[in-house]
Amino acid sequence: MSDATTDEPLVLGIESSCDETGVAFVRGTTLVGDALASSVDEHARFGGVVPEVASRAHLESMIPMLERASAEAGHRLDDVDAIAVTSGPGLAGALMVGVASAKALALCLDKPLYGVNHLAAHVCADVLDHGPLPEPTVALLVSGGHTNLLVVRDIASDVEELGSTIDDAAGEAYDKVARVLGLPYPGGPHIDRAARDGDPEAIAFPRGLTSRKDMERHRFDYSFSGLKTAVVRWVEARERAGEPVPVADVAASFSHAVADVLTRKAVLACTELGISDLQIGGGVTANTQLRELAEKRCAEAGIRLRVPRIRLCTDNGAMVAALGSQMVMRGLPPSDLALPADSSLPVASVQA
Amino acid sequence: MLLAIDTATQAVTVAVHDGATVVAEQAHTDTRRHTELLTPTIRDVLREAGLRPRDLSAVAVGVGPGPFTGLRVGIVTARTMGLALGVPVHGVCSLDALAHATFAAGQTRRFLVATDARRKEVYWAAYDVTDEGVRRTDGPDVARPAELPGHLRGLPTAGRGTELYPEALPHALPQLDVSAGALATFVTGALRRGESLLEPQPLYLRRPDAVPQAERTPVTP
Ligand SMILES: Nc1ncnc2c1ncn2[C@@H]1O[C@H](COP(=O)(O)OP(=O)(O)O)[C@@H](O)[C@H]1O
Ligand SMILES: [Mg+2]
Repeated sequence: MSDATTDEPLVLGIESSCDETGVAFVRGTTLVGDALASSVDEHARFGGVVPEVASRAHLESMIPMLERASAEAGHRLDDVDAIAVTSGPGLAGALMVGVASAKALALCLDKPLYGVNHLAAHVCADVLDHGPLPEPTVALLVSGGHTNLLVVRDIASDVEELGSTIDDAAGEAYDKVARVLGLPYPGGPHIDRAARDGDPEAIAFPRGLTSRKDMERHRFDYSFSGLKTAVVRWVEARERAGEPVPVADVAASFSHAVADVLTRKAVLACTELGISDLQIGGGVTANTQLRELAEKRCAEAGIRLRVPRIRLCTDNGAMVAALGSQMVMRGLPPSDLALPADSSLPVASVQA
Repeated sequence: MLLAIDTATQAVTVAVHDGATVVAEQAHTDTRRHTELLTPTIRDVLREAGLRPRDLSAVAVGVGPGPFTGLRVGIVTARTMGLALGVPVHGVCSLDALAHATFAAGQTRRFLVATDARRKEVYWAAYDVTDEGVRRTDGPDVARPAELPGHLRGLPTAGRGTELYPEALPHALPQLDVSAGALATFVTGALRRGESLLEPQPLYLRRPDAVPQAERTPVTP
C-alpha cells in the first residue's frame, strides 16, 4: 500500500447507504469533483424508500458516477491517495454496492481503504464549506433516516452519541404528515412551502420527550411518532366534522413543533456541556423554520452555529471523501479489505 | 489473463485463467458474507497466481440469477475492476457456468440446473448435451420446484436445489456450486470462438416486492 499521509490528500468518497449514489473527490478540505444520482423518484409511488429499488439503482449508477466525478475533478482514479466509503449505518443491500465497489478500487489501484460512518460523514460535510470543525462541537443530525444529537471531540476518531430518536426520524415524520395532508413524497419541502402561509402558533402540537419525567430519562433523545399521530388525529377530526383543513396552519404548527424540540435540546446540550459550537446537518436542515429557530436560539445562547449549504446536507459522496481525508491527514491506519457493510454501525465507530 | 468471479449462490468463487488453463482458484461455499469475502479472495487468488491486478486483460462475472444482494456484490466488483483497469467485463448466466462444470465433469445426457432462490423457489434452467458442450433449452426462470413440469424434475439435476428439495428434485448430480474456474474456461472458449457473451447486467427475474401505496384522498383545504 502506498503511504497516503499527506497535508492535502486526494480522497475519493463513495456513498450508497440510502437512495443516493454519491461519488466525490476531495483534496484536503476542498471539494474538487462531486457526482450524485438519486432514486428518490422511483420510491415516490411507494411513499418511502424501497430497499431493493434503491439497491438496483445503486448498481446502475455506480460506474457512471465514478466516471462523472473523475471527469469533473480532472483526475484519473489512479491519482487518488485513498478511497473512503460509507460502510454503515444504512440499508444493508444498498451499502454493499458502495462497499464492494470501493474495495475493488482499493485493490486495483493499490490504495488504502477507509470504511467510514455515515453519521460522522454528515457532520464532517461542513469542513468543505466552513473549514476545519471546531472541536469539541455538538452536532445535530436530522434526515429521513436519522435524528441524532452528538458530541464530536475529534471528527476522525471520537464521536459520542448524546441522544437519538426513539421512534421516527424527523424527516420520516415530515414525510408521513405530508401524506396525511395529501402532499407528494418526499414531503419535507412541500410542508416547508405550505408552512410559509401558515401560523406556527395556530395549533399546539405536542413536543415529544420534553416533560419533566422524560427530561430525566431521555434528556437528549427525540420522539416524533406521537407528534405525527397528533397531527393525523387533528386533521381527521376536522374532516369528520366536515370542516376544511387549514393545510398552511397545520404545516406551520407541525414544523414549528419539530424545530422547537430539535433546537431546544441541541442548545441545552451545548449549554450543559459547556460547548459553544453547534453543527447541523442532514436533509431536514433545509427546513426554513429549523434554520431560523436554530439561528435565533444559538445567538441568544452565545453559540456559534454552522450549517453547510443544502447540497452538502443531504446524502452525498463529498462528505464521505471529506471524512476519509481527515483520517488520512491524521495518519490513521486504513480499514481491512475484509470490511463488511454494517447496517447498524454505531455512531461511536467513526471508522469501520 | 482473465479473472472470473461468481456470487450468485451462497458460494463466493474466484479464478484466474491464462488462456490455456485455470492457474488459480479459490472458493468459500455456504456463506452470506459476499461483501466481506470477495475482494480479499480476489487478492489471494491473484497472489497465488503471482499476478497483480494490472496484469489482468478481462474480467468475467456470473450475472445470476441468484439472491440479489450477493449477486450485486459480484457484478459491481467486476464492473469497477473493469473501469479501474480499463479492461472489458463479460457476463455469463451463472446457471450456464454450473452447467458447463457439470458437462466438464462428464455428464453426457440432458440435465437440469436448480439453485436456491429462497422463498421456497429455485432458479432453474435445462440443458441439452452435445459433443462440444451444453446448450440451454429452457430457462433461466424461477419456480417452486414441485411446480416444475415432471419431464424437467425427472432430469439429473445439478445445484443446491437437490439438497433443499430432494422430493421434488430426486436425481442429484454432484455439482452443487458454481465454480469460477469452470466459468473462466467457458468464457475463454466462447471468446476464442468469437461468440458473444452477456453484458454484466443482473438477471433478476423477479421484481422488487413493494406495493404502491393506496391514494389517500387529499384533505379539503
Ligand atoms: N425543507 C425541508 N423541510 C423539512 N424536511 C425536509 C426538507 N427538505 C427535505 N426534507 C426531508 O429530508 C429527508 C431527506 O434527507 P436525507 O438527508 O436525504 O435523508 P435520508 O437519506 O436519511 O433519507 C426527507 O425526509 C425529506 O422530507
Ligand atoms: Mg437521502
